[in-house]
Amino acid sequence: MNYDVTITIALKEGMLNPEARAIRHALANLGFPTEGLSTARLYRITLDAADAAAAEEEARQMCERLLANPVIHHYTIEVE
Amino acid sequence: MKFAVVQFGGSNCDRDTYHVLTDVCGVDTDLVWYKDGLRRPYDAVVLPGGFSYGDYLRAGAIAARTPVMAEIVRHAKSGGLVLGICNGAQIGSEAGLVPGTFTLNAYPKFISRHVYLRVENTTSPFTGLYREGEVIRVPIAHKEGRYVASDDVIARLKGDGRVAFRFCDEHGNTTPESNPNGSAENITGVLSEAGNVLAMMPHPERASEAALGSEDGVKIFNSMIAHIEEHGHRGPMR
Repeated sequence: MNYDVTITIALKEGMLNPEARAIRHALANLGFPTEGLSTARLYRITLDAADAAAAEEEARQMCERLLANPVIHHYTIEVE
Repeated sequence: MKFAVVQFGGSNCDRDTYHVLTDVCGVDTDLVWYKDGLRRPYDAVVLPGGFSYGDYLRAGAIAARTPVMAEIVRHAKSGGLVLGICNGAQIGSEAGLVPGTFTLNAYPKFISRHVYLRVENTTSPFTGLYREGEVIRVPIAHKEGRYVASDDVIARLKGDGRVAFRFCDEHGNTTPESNPNGSAENITGVLSEAGNVLAMMPHPERASEAALGSEDGVKIFNSMIAHIEEHGHRGPMR
């Protein structure tokens, strides 16, 4: 059956995030000072799998083999 | 002796590199379209600069997963030379040929200008013709060139003499000001464990002729040629 999988990929804790820094700076210029800001990339994937555990494993393989770079990223997977 | 320059969709320094290898260095070189694969053994494979696959996902990430890269990994594992320049360095790190990764510059904009590099290793197949500590002038042109690796990896690279180049000022000082993209410890050229793969963000092919303002980069290609003449490395047949 089809499962909707949401994969969120973000920089590991402590990694420099120049994009977030630039966005935070721009928000401050608009009058929105922030105490912290981070960014992440979100993938919504529909895939056919035997069960939810198989769908999650498939998504994990996608992260390990392409979507995330283990040097700088961590990821989370949600299956519906 | 035979070199290959691999062309991916979006490569744009392939012909510059081919020109330097054939017309400046005089080495027999094939331009290899990635879909054609390595159809014969090569002594050295060059992954040129560009924007393969539009830098989608991460620079170099998609090219690194193409079948030709599996062949190039086998070529490297058998001792063949691989030089990754700019996008080629990103592809090489994404393919696991060298540790660490090249990611978004600390100040997240595209930088295109000449920089100074200090030669840190003079024993690799790519740097044998340089003097230790030599300062060379080579251009960079990238937005995702900041070298990042874990502290353990950086310590191992330094301990093994696998840092090939560091950003520096014209006197060879590796200062924060001379580090254009925020790379870890100014590192911008990394060697593989066996030393036969070099991934570097600067463009030696754009500094290989006097007409272009610097000939400092041509020694990388000539070092490779001298190394192959001495050791005769060849990659595997497909």
